[in-house]
Amino acid sequence: MIDFEIPEKIAGTRLVVETVAVNMMRPVSRYFDEHEHEIPWDYINFMHTATRAMGGSSMVPSEKKEGPRFGFQRLAVMVEMLSWGDAGIYLCTPGGMLGSAAVSATGTPEQKERFLKRFRGETPVFDAMCMTESQCGSDTSAIRATAVLDKEKKEWVLNGEKIFVTAGHKAMLDSEGFIVVWVTIDPAAGRAGMRPLVVEAKTPGCQVTKMEHKLGIRASDTVSIVLQDCRVPFDNILGSPEVVTTDKATTGFKGAMATFDATRPIVAAQAIGLARATLELLKEMLAERGVTIRYGLPRQKLTSVEKDVIEMEIQLRSAWWLVLKAVWMMDNGKPNSLESSMSKVRAGDVVNRITQKAVEIMGPLGYSREYLLEKWFRDAKISDIYEGTGQINRLVVARQILGYRSSELR
Amino acid sequence: MYSFEPSDEQKMLIDAVSRYATSDLRKAAHDAEENKELPPKLISKGWELGVLQASIPEAYSGFGERSALTGALAAEELAYGDLAGALAVGTPGLFALSVLLAGSEEQKKQYLPPIIEADWKPYTAALIEPAFDFDPNELKTTAKAEGSDYILTGEKTFVPFADKAEAMIVYARLKKETKAFIVPKGAAGLKVGEEREKLMGLNAVPFFKVTLDGVKVPKGNLLPGDFAPVLDASRVAVAAMAIGVAKAAFGYSRDYAKDRDVFGVKVAQKQAIAFMLAEMATEIEAIRLLVWEAAWAIDNKKEDASQRAYLAVTGASDMAMMVTDRAVQILGGHGYIREHPVELWMRNGRGFATFTGLAMV
Repeated sequence: MIDFEIPEKIAGTRLVVETVAVNMMRPVSRYFDEHEHEIPWDYINFMHTATRAMGGSSMVPSEKKEGPRFGFQRLAVMVEMLSWGDAGIYLCTPGGMLGSAAVSATGTPEQKERFLKRFRGETPVFDAMCMTESQCGSDTSAIRATAVLDKEKKEWVLNGEKIFVTAGHKAMLDSEGFIVVWVTIDPAAGRAGMRPLVVEAKTPGCQVTKMEHKLGIRASDTVSIVLQDCRVPFDNILGSPEVVTTDKATTGFKGAMATFDATRPIVAAQAIGLARATLELLKEMLAERGVTIRYGLPRQKLTSVEKDVIEMEIQLRSAWWLVLKAVWMMDNGKPNSLESSMSKVRAGDVVNRITQKAVEIMGPLGYSREYLLEKWFRDAKISDIYEGTGQINRLVVARQILGYRSSELR
Repeated sequence: MYSFEPSDEQKMLIDAVSRYATSDLRKAAHDAEENKELPPKLISKGWELGVLQASIPEAYSGFGERSALTGALAAEELAYGDLAGALAVGTPGLFALSVLLAGSEEQKKQYLPPIIEADWKPYTAALIEPAFDFDPNELKTTAKAEGSDYILTGEKTFVPFADKAEAMIVYARLKKETKAFIVPKGAAGLKVGEEREKLMGLNAVPFFKVTLDGVKVPKGNLLPGDFAPVLDASRVAVAAMAIGVAKAAFGYSRDYAKDRDVFGVKVAQKQAIAFMLAEMATEIEAIRLLVWEAAWAIDNKKEDASQRAYLAVTGASDMAMMVTDRAVQILGGHGYIREHPVELWMRNGRGFATFTGLAMV
């Protein structure tokens, strides 16, 4: 039965999160945009305390076998609202994020317990995902960082450099967190050799080396991480340690892709929250200046501004439903690789078009740093880049609708 | 609770409608457009699917309850087969659903059973007017009270099957509101154009201009209800049909691109084409959910249902133009030739910005 009503439980969460967004994020939005690399501890501590009080340990849904599952729907709704508050500060939310998503998607029950319990402690803890390297971004099968097994000591020895690690500083230096590093355990095996390994904070040989200066989402740290003979226990590998190439069982790569199925709609939700914030502020600013949108009129009677706003609304709303459909499928155990990438394609497009148009429509007011429109325009761009660029996601969608393997559509 | 899956009952209806749309409507579409006629048997067969009958309550000889969402699902499937066929099969619904949504109890009892119980009969409705700034909420056709009658004056266009209609609903401005009036066949002052209208597409459906030269109808022929629910229903139906046409164009151009060779590979293996298809699929899926939401908002009597329906039809009309245009582009020169259906879908695609009033669910 098709239903567009928000489940009551999620509506309650949404209301709470809205209070946080209004009171703890918006007032400091501009400050953390202009003070890059400062950490919004007030927000972080509040979120940590609140999450603990509610009995949770992270935003990543825990697995529950019985009854209807809402975990990813709730997460999407929360992320949308937090990002409506501030997209950069949202990325500083403590608890399990992308790294935990990888642990959840590919780890054993023991690993989940060992790595994820730290989020239930007294102080806020962060995690991060390390995929990109200086020579490869979207082409994750070209990863060069290696892990070699030391059979005597039963340890993996990691070497390589990872860049563009979101929240890496907070995960490794500001808390006892961990990073999930994608490495190859058999460079000759290509995708089949790819594995995610967990490296915990303070592990010798793992160093945060650089903090990037960015176009937007400046409240969130983006770092480089160097691994130099970095040793981690054998059990820190997520998924099978065996490389099987004969039957093309590329479990490691598939693990990465399974993680993306879960995370792409969440990144899309972030884009939607930012787009909604922009559209709402734009309509408010227009209304203050005597421009209201006359819905229902034939287009021939609409002003150019009205047409723009109506189109933005159509784009935003339809993109949001794509996101919700993707997470709803996730919660219901339906394969959602297509919908997940579609939601990312659409949301990435929409948030950019909306923020760009809003700056244009408000003219000098849009360009001025007195208002948040110009910040949101800068914050928006990342949504079409990280967690798979718009182009990579188009490729994923295209392969699925055409029934092509990656060798058939490159 | 969010869910994006039709109910079992809806799935059964979709299956039945889809079989008819693909094996009957689609196959007849090309010749119907070229010959400017849909075979009457084809229309009867579509009528017998009972899409309209299932949305009319038992009290008025139907066997169900109206659901804009179920209607939208059916409309999408029908239009996937052929838009002209979908509109023709649904023409009596323009009359019946207006009565259901805006009529009095007495009018429903009087008018609905004869339509619902019989075979397909040309009952129709006249909303659109020949003006570039046509606005359903500010009609130029007027109604004036005179004694125990209303006098209707104005000009309508795109009225399907007006020449043979048993009766039609005429929408006119009464004071400051759009209202529906039942005009019987052969009313004095009612002139149906002698020639069929010549349109860019939809040539299989006989459309006529209708002139109302002081047509007098008794006051009892005014449907007392508001126009908004009627307009919402039509916007959602037209939007759903836009999804159907876009899906048809997408599927056809995807299959063509997978089949056609170019530079030693298939056309679809070129990213330039593959990305176009990916964007088409994404656009269709997103707008489809927007249309479903609008239909759901109507069924659940949401306050902003009218705004949702407006956004849905506006978004769907843009989407249909984008998708059908690209489908023609993907077929290249072949897309321009009338042997392939994509050029017809492109002609139909451009019409969705204009078609509100031609379909109802």
